[in-house]
Amino acid sequence: MTVQTAALRPPRQVDWTGIALAAVLTVVIIFPLLVVGTWAFTNVWRYPSIIPQEFGLRYWYQTLARSDVWSAITTSVSLAVVVTLISAVVCLPAAFAFARLQFPGRSILFFSFIAGQAFPKFGLLVAIAGIFLGLNLIGNFWGVVLIQLVGTLLFMIWIPVAAFQGVDRRMEEAARDVGASPLRVFWSITLPQAGPTIGAAVLLTFVNTFYETEGAWLIGAPAIRTMPVLMISFINNQPVIQYGAVLSVILWVPSFFALLFARRVISGGSFARGFGA
Amino acid sequence: MAVLDIKGVTKLFSGNVRAVDDFSLTVGDGELVCLLGPSGSGKSTMLRMIGGFETPTSGSITIDGEEVIHLPPERRPTGMVFQSHALWTHMNVFKNLAFGLKLRRFPAEEIKRKVDDVLALVGLTGYGTRQTHQLSGGQQQRVALARSLVLEPKILLLDEPFASLDQHLRERLREEVRDIQQRMGITTLFVTHGQDEALSMADRIVVMRDGRIEQVAAPDTLYREPATPFVAGFIGTMNLVDGSVAGGTFSRAAFNNALPISDGPATFAVRPEALGIAPAAGTGTARIHRVTDYGTHAIIDLELADDTRLKSMVPEARDWKAGQPVDLKPRVYAAYRDNVVVYRSNAPS
Repeated sequence: MTVQTAALRPPRQVDWTGIALAAVLTVVIIFPLLVVGTWAFTNVWRYPSIIPQEFGLRYWYQTLARSDVWSAITTSVSLAVVVTLISAVVCLPAAFAFARLQFPGRSILFFSFIAGQAFPKFGLLVAIAGIFLGLNLIGNFWGVVLIQLVGTLLFMIWIPVAAFQGVDRRMEEAARDVGASPLRVFWSITLPQAGPTIGAAVLLTFVNTFYETEGAWLIGAPAIRTMPVLMISFINNQPVIQYGAVLSVILWVPSFFALLFARRVISGGSFARGFGA
Repeated sequence: MAVLDIKGVTKLFSGNVRAVDDFSLTVGDGELVCLLGPSGSGKSTMLRMIGGFETPTSGSITIDGEEVIHLPPERRPTGMVFQSHALWTHMNVFKNLAFGLKLRRFPAEEIKRKVDDVLALVGLTGYGTRQTHQLSGGQQQRVALARSLVLEPKILLLDEPFASLDQHLRERLREEVRDIQQRMGITTLFVTHGQDEALSMADRIVVMRDGRIEQVAAPDTLYREPATPFVAGFIGTMNLVDGSVAGGTFSRAAFNNALPISDGPATFAVRPEALGIAPAAGTGTARIHRVTDYGTHAIIDLELADDTRLKSMVPEARDWKAGQPVDLKPRVYAAYRDNVVVYRSNAPS
């Protein structure tokens, strides 16, 4: 039937605006990625050649042979895991409380989480760094964990709040009705219902923490060097482009997995629900 | 098996809103009682208090003589079916039905047998592996009913279970639920705002208004002998005419009718099918405003001289036309004063 109606319609106009927009977006987003990707697998590429003279994995071997790269990878992964875990442990029960309980100062507290994003971040970080200095948290793993936790609050509270609010209360009541205790209802009904949206929040938190640069640099330097911080110092200090390129390709890995998962979640609509859609 | 006894239950919501006010009712073993009333009349709140989802401000609710007010929902011998079905969308049909049995630690093979039995009871044999979103609205409601029935509750609570279904399906499910309820002999309380549903299913109907009981009666009694003007107007159609009585005669505009009660204001009540009309010479008591032909019968909209509207049901539309003056001949009627019935005429033999 849809084929028939399509056949009855006049031939579709060519959407030049759309094509132009898509082309511009491709150039702006895909092209730099392609160039960086190409650089990462290039041994020799001299001006004015359009394609590299020699492809190869030489710089991968060289980059991965560096101990500072491996320690940065370890630092970044363990930071992202620890921050995400702590954030989940702290924020998810808080989100449940915000979604379900009435208590004094609820709205003010709820909106205060946006404060971290509402002001220029660098100024805030400098102020916090001042406090951390007195607490001996500068150049310290847990100092970086703490500063990155601040950045995760918005995603890990707001999205799960919407997720918990989105769970049909009647479903929970029906579970109580057939004999489930409140704890059992949370475990067997509320959590599975809110699960995909909370999964999206956790993923966003992980990826954001993995890529977070300013806080990690300001609080962590010089002892703690994450992958993005290391990449910046490579780009600033090395005349060889390939080091930076290899590192940024390695940095794509978590976003690739994030995209894979997000496709599933976003198509399910849970992600949009997280933002109250 | 199970008797539900509610005594003096009152529920105050914040701001001193009386959702339910001094509600008392005894539901006998195997009886199906309908709570009927407009939205906001407190019927759902009353049901939720029996299920344990709301706590009464005062009063007592006992099941087989045992006080249940302080028990949480999971420890009450009640089973509730929700209007929205409230099926767990992350579980398939079998898991929805097995959840309560698992909590009761039945062995796996017994769970399977019980689930199969209840699926057969609601006519969904073989649907166990379906996901809930693969079911139609009627099938979802059957699963919701089965989820309660499989646990063999003492009291079954139904909260407008058919409200989201279309008319046709609603009528079919109504009969099915009534059949199952009678076969199992399960004591049932049913909330609805549809009088058809109440009249066709219930052994007794409780009409509620503003949290209070207006009348408790069998469906036929409720229709023929409504105790208050509200019930009279809520069940079926009733002409309610406010007027006054003097010397044993009720008057409103040019309409007069014998009414042997003391002098004073009164509300005259007559059903359209009991209000006869006759062509009048001259201006008559009323004027025909509109004739609506339904084939099997016709409804005549009438207007008294002061624009008071009444309805009369007549067998034949062609006998009447708009603008025609008529006299009114009430055959069966009643009168209300101060919200209670003060007179009922005898039906002509």
